[in-house]
Amino acid sequence: MLVLTIYIAIFVSAYFIYAFAYGNKAPKRGFNANKTITFGDESAVTSNRTASVISVITIFTIWGAFTGSSLVPLHVPGPFTGDTSFTYTATNADNQQDDAVVYVRVGLVGEEIEDPVAPDVANPGFAIDDVATIRAWRSGLIKVRKNDFGSDAEGYVVSAIDGQPIVPNQTVSVVDGQIRMTGKGTLSFEPNQGWQMEAIWLPAPEAIVKRLIEISRDGYQNVTLSENIGWSLFRVVTGFLLGSLVGIPLGYAMGLNDWFRGWFDPIVEFMRPIPPLALIPLVIIWFGIWEQGKISLLFLAALWIMTISSRAGVSGVSISKVHAAYSLGASKRQVLLHVIVPNSLPEIFTGARVAMGVCWGTVVAAELVAAEKGAGKMIIAASKFQQTDIVIMGIILIGVIGFSIDILMRYAERKLVPWKGKSD
Amino acid sequence: MRDQTDSTLHIDNVSMTFTLPNGTSIEALKDVSLELKAGELLSVLGPSGCGKSTLLNIVAGFLAPTDGQVILNNNKVTGPHSERGMVFQQGALFEWMSVRKNIGFGLRMRNVPKSEIREKVDELLEIVGLHEFGDKAIYELSGGMQQRVALARCLANDPDVILMDEPLGALDALTREKMQGLVLKLWKGTGKTIVLITHSVEEALLLGERLLVMAPRPGRIHKEYKLPFAEMGVAADLREVKKHKDYAAKREEILSIIWEMEEEIMGRKE
Repeated sequence: MLVLTIYIAIFVSAYFIYAFAYGNKAPKRGFNANKTITFGDESAVTSNRTASVISVITIFTIWGAFTGSSLVPLHVPGPFTGDTSFTYTATNADNQQDDAVVYVRVGLVGEEIEDPVAPDVANPGFAIDDVATIRAWRSGLIKVRKNDFGSDAEGYVVSAIDGQPIVPNQTVSVVDGQIRMTGKGTLSFEPNQGWQMEAIWLPAPEAIVKRLIEISRDGYQNVTLSENIGWSLFRVVTGFLLGSLVGIPLGYAMGLNDWFRGWFDPIVEFMRPIPPLALIPLVIIWFGIWEQGKISLLFLAALWIMTISSRAGVSGVSISKVHAAYSLGASKRQVLLHVIVPNSLPEIFTGARVAMGVCWGTVVAAELVAAEKGAGKMIIAASKFQQTDIVIMGIILIGVIGFSIDILMRYAERKLVPWKGKSD
Repeated sequence: MRDQTDSTLHIDNVSMTFTLPNGTSIEALKDVSLELKAGELLSVLGPSGCGKSTLLNIVAGFLAPTDGQVILNNNKVTGPHSERGMVFQQGALFEWMSVRKNIGFGLRMRNVPKSEIREKVDELLEIVGLHEFGDKAIYELSGGMQQRVALARCLANDPDVILMDEPLGALDALTREKMQGLVLKLWKGTGKTIVLITHSVEEALLLGERLLVMAPRPGRIHKEYKLPFAEMGVAADLREVKKHKDYAAKREEILSIIWEMEEEIMGRKE
């Protein structure tokens, strides 16, 4: 909630600062410069570069600020670490009261912490001072009465903390944390957690970069990073190619022949809305969890998309183009090769982009279920050891690769079907 | 150029009846007969629904008539053939090919040697005024230029008859006028038989040695005119032709016929 509030606050204030700085002079160039109507004119709405830059910076700043990153100058308060103390008041069986001090040392997880040393001050009475060590973001039980005189007697209780009365299952605040009394009368001290996230929930950005470098050098669980990603890509490409190899001719047949269309329409229309992930259990039963299973799954994921897009490509050819070709003396084969196939390419490319996206998503999911190597396998294995940095690194890599695939497909589309969207 | 003296186009008692899915049938054409000598320029005019496009599709061989037949070069028309070239309103060019490849398409389909294709395409590019645009993509051309490519592509095949289905319908008025001049020039220069379907009375007058006015329900030939304007247009500026008093008179006459038909259709609907 806090993070969301801060994020919205930054969004709003950045907008107002920008509007104040530029006012009506907000730089609009080209055709939009002299338009008087921009609200409602879709073409006049362009992506504001400044907003994009601030947006990305904001995300990383908030991420850094809430994880204590060294890359960000400003941090939200971290967890309490260091030495603190509180006083407890014990009441013995004879209803006498005595105070003693608990010295607590709080250190980060993974650090060596030595017990604090109680100052050498005389503390007469039956309650004796205690020392304890506790990890930041954790709480610890402190058995304060264990070393007290007469604490075994019935009726011996800890009755107050820093002068505030306490009973079992009650919580009181002290300077650097909170103390809760358990049902059995033991004290549990929880140092202030601050606003920062612990690394097992969200590591700092530089930790992820460090991990990326480490994993790409040494690998993870004896599998290198390039092997993991290579296997995922191999499965996607193989599944996609097999799906296209069957799907495109099938789509053509459905677009050109009554019998084929009638025969395969019910199958295609039924299979199309089934998410490939729903097929995972069946594919595992049929083909097992190894490569055959995964590639079959990706084949199925790509097949229907490619079938439908190539069928649409064939159906989309304008009849006057076909008529023109026949009038110019083309044979059926020539019409197919020189008119129908090139005319369907834009549709097929659109289908291929969708299919690659779906395949990439499906392969990661399939690897989460079962795999020896792969990007999905890496993050699921890391999550079992609470290695959040590897999980986040994996997710970012998966995103970057998915995005790169799409960019690559778009580039290929521009090169191979430059007429797309330009015909009438 | 090939000897075309015997290539007369015969349209014999052609009828076409479409049966709709709900069982009713429409007589798109009824007993249409026509004879077109080689080198004649025929324009066909009529209100929508008079069957002029159906007639053109039958001549092209895309539709088989329910009755009657079309004969060209002593052969009955049973399907499309390169002896009958077609120019469509728009969108019939192949965007995935350059201008040059579009024009040479028919020749390539018939395995004409490459050097010969190149020569022929160069010649046609010159004729239609696109010599600088041979290597451009289709989508880089304006609508008028695209229709020039369509004309050249059709001519490359050296057909006996050129069928034009509202070839200039999608062009703006200025481009259209220029293209009308080009069509006349091509007609005179190549001596092809041309059948041109149009919605525009002016175009029908300018681009028809013979003008056929068709009537709807059932589609039939209403009246035929023999006109001098195409010949005049070959020699003179088209705008000069339009100033001619005969031209204005004919235009009024035909317009009133068409209006009468349109009103009849509207009245029947009510």
